[in-house]
Amino acid sequence: MDIPYTVQPRRDTGLYNAKLGIWLFLASEVMLFGALFSSYILLRVGADPGEWPQRLLNVPIGTVNTLVLITSSVTVVLGWAALKQKNFAKYRKLQTITVLCALTFVGIKSYEYADKFKHYQVITKDGKVYDGHLVKQDNEVVVLEGGLIDASKGKAHGVMVAQREAELHGGHHPEVEIKRSEIQKIGNYGPGHNTYMSIYFTLTGLHALHVIGGALVIAYILWPGAGMYKTDPERYINRVEVSGLFWHFVDLVWIFLFPVLYLL
Amino acid sequence: MQTSTAHSHAHAHGADAHAHHDEGGFLRKYVFSSDHKVIGIQYGITALFFLFFGFCLVMTMRWQIAYPGRPVPIVGPLLNAAFGASGGVLSPDLYNMFGAMHGTIMVFLAIVPLAFGAFGNLVVPLQIGAPDMAFPRVNMVSYQAFAAGGIVMMVSFFIPGGAAQAGWTSYSPLATSVPTLGQTFWLVGMVLLITSSLLGAVNFIATIIQLRAPGMTWMRLPFFVWAQFVTGFLLLLAFPPLEAAGVMQLADNVLGTSFFLPTGLAIGGKLANISGGGSPLLWQHLFWFLGHPEVYVLILPAMGIVSEVIANNTRKPLWGYKSLVYSVLSIGFISFIVWAHHMYLTGMGTKISTFFQTTTMIISIPSVIILTCLFISLWGGSIRFNTPMLFALAFLPMFGIGGLTGLPLGFNYSDIHLHDTYYVIAHFHYVVAPGTIFGLFAGIYFWYPKITGRFMNETLGKTHFWLSLICMNLVFQPMFLQGMAGMLRRMSDGGAMYSTAKAAPGSIGGLSDWILGLNENISHAAWFLAVAQLPFIFNFFWSISYGKKVSSDNPWDATTLDWQTPTPPPHGNFLETPQVVRGPYDYSLPGASKDFVPQNQNA
Repeated sequence: MDIPYTVQPRRDTGLYNAKLGIWLFLASEVMLFGALFSSYILLRVGADPGEWPQRLLNVPIGTVNTLVLITSSVTVVLGWAALKQKNFAKYRKLQTITVLCALTFVGIKSYEYADKFKHYQVITKDGKVYDGHLVKQDNEVVVLEGGLIDASKGKAHGVMVAQREAELHGGHHPEVEIKRSEIQKIGNYGPGHNTYMSIYFTLTGLHALHVIGGALVIAYILWPGAGMYKTDPERYINRVEVSGLFWHFVDLVWIFLFPVLYLL
Repeated sequence: MQTSTAHSHAHAHGADAHAHHDEGGFLRKYVFSSDHKVIGIQYGITALFFLFFGFCLVMTMRWQIAYPGRPVPIVGPLLNAAFGASGGVLSPDLYNMFGAMHGTIMVFLAIVPLAFGAFGNLVVPLQIGAPDMAFPRVNMVSYQAFAAGGIVMMVSFFIPGGAAQAGWTSYSPLATSVPTLGQTFWLVGMVLLITSSLLGAVNFIATIIQLRAPGMTWMRLPFFVWAQFVTGFLLLLAFPPLEAAGVMQLADNVLGTSFFLPTGLAIGGKLANISGGGSPLLWQHLFWFLGHPEVYVLILPAMGIVSEVIANNTRKPLWGYKSLVYSVLSIGFISFIVWAHHMYLTGMGTKISTFFQTTTMIISIPSVIILTCLFISLWGGSIRFNTPMLFALAFLPMFGIGGLTGLPLGFNYSDIHLHDTYYVIAHFHYVVAPGTIFGLFAGIYFWYPKITGRFMNETLGKTHFWLSLICMNLVFQPMFLQGMAGMLRRMSDGGAMYSTAKAAPGSIGGLSDWILGLNENISHAAWFLAVAQLPFIFNFFWSISYGKKVSSDNPWDATTLDWQTPTPPPHGNFLETPQVVRGPYDYSLPGASKDFVPQNQNA
């Protein structure tokens, strides 16, 4: 006996096995990201007043990335439709755009990550807080492109946002030199900076892994695995459909991530 | 292989057929196999090993509880050599490590893989008339992820500082404060185990929905399949939040984040170098969001097995099949909204406690319905008291005790006194040890002839049963008393330091000598319980070659499809697609020629 319904749908469920499988898998993914979004809410609600950074991230860059992913969602479904109409060339063109979009997204995301890892905060022993991009550091001094910010509670992040906006509009900051001996604490805006950065890196990092994984699968089906289109076209189209379903989910997660992390 | 009856040909050709379909060497056939039966056996053997290992851990701990500070006999030198213990004494650190790993191993590496991975894989495709699981290769990867997780957990014992020490619940900030790598290994292991469970769950649900044989409608499914179906959904939806939590705790440990670490946390008297702002309660919510459905992951497959064994050995249909099905579905839904009854003492607020107390009481209703249906099923039956049936029968009162003693823990006012005492230990061990494990034993004795073609020895089986039943009760019954007397769990000296408290004039509390003395009795019973497992271990291996041969493919005269295959079932299971024409428990049908009518046969 062979396993039934690997390609043709079962009559009473209307699904072939893999399609049901991917929907079930996506249900578990919803729970995974749901738990992380819930954690975001709990951490944010529990933060001290004024401590939760808002608009720390670069909104235009995020918007571009959102558009990139939405484009890929459109091409993925058009590609599948083209394949259904037996137009393999068109499918290949469209899916190539999908993969390129995925690469663009990951590239932009890496730029954003790198920016955060170069962004430092220095607290001196007399309680001053400096904030800015690291120019250089050695055993003697730390040089930041940025400046002193008012660290009194509640104001800190307002000042930071103002600085951020100035930066976006092309404003340049003077370089400040801080002696090592005066520094009490130094750290970048990595995951350990505060709970906002922690959840930002966890959510976007996990999402980026999904983007990479999805792109790898789509690319595999598109190029090395394309031989199946000749030998078993129905099964091949099913594969494209299933990978497309996953891709839509990955896009959908970003549609939630963008407002939650960039705008709110 | 060409014969049309499931009977005659099986013995001669079962093995040939397997070889014929599954060409390739030993590795391909037994290690990297995608056949659901082989994977089921892999799960079973691995899980039984971990079950024994987890038991060994706790036997060592029981020595330290009964005789604090005295060198452990037999394994003492091993403790010195492997964990750097001095003088063969289980130090408090080692005690914590053993305790954390006992829980982890028993839940995630022994019971779940045995109940879900082994029995689910072996029996579900057979019972629904399917040739295999829906995704055989995913199934193989699922086992490999499980094995990898198990290896990571085992390796963690031998890294510097040893395995995780923060309890199987790994509460933060304790889990992040322990300055060893054990917790990191634990988290990596857990992520692998969760991945394995997720893949398994997707596979099971898809298989049950898609691969049911023609005529196998939902209300003709054997109850065991229903139980596994709901278990699949619990794993699918409850495990991801723990995966998220695991990733976050891993970040806390490795990347220096503060997801679960509050502002101003001091470790060892010094302010921790962290940003703070995290929430320890968040970990508990995420952990128990898995943790409570997990309890039902442990018990539902056992209930399914017990139902099959009882129907078969009473020679009667299960009483209230539909009530059983609806109850198990209700349990599935409600189990997602009871988790915070583990957290009454965290200060999350009385209103929330009231909500969770209410849902907790509600979920006991379907559990009681299931138990009642099984009890009533016995009424008027002509019961065959073979070994699987004895275990199944013992399951009923043992699980009953475990369930009913859970009610005082579910009320937030009585939980204040009982929380974190040995009462809790006694309660959930009654559910899992003489409950679930007895159910699993019943399953092993019951399906053994289908897999091997031989029965396990009845005399040894009955010895195993009676000794286990007595010892289980001697181990766990006194723990209720200790808990009610206020003895806390997780104390490496078994409460000995409390006994000094009662010496102070006018003091209340403290533990009496009698309560403390029970520690010794419990430990003796636990060690004797280990002796009681020897007949089983011997029987398990001996019967493969020397057990009594089965006389037919359906030696128990059962109705479900798993017994309508050759023995052992070949690759692809059935000789031809079974056509299901009736419900799963048509025993003693009036007018039928025999006292059972298989699902695929006319009366």
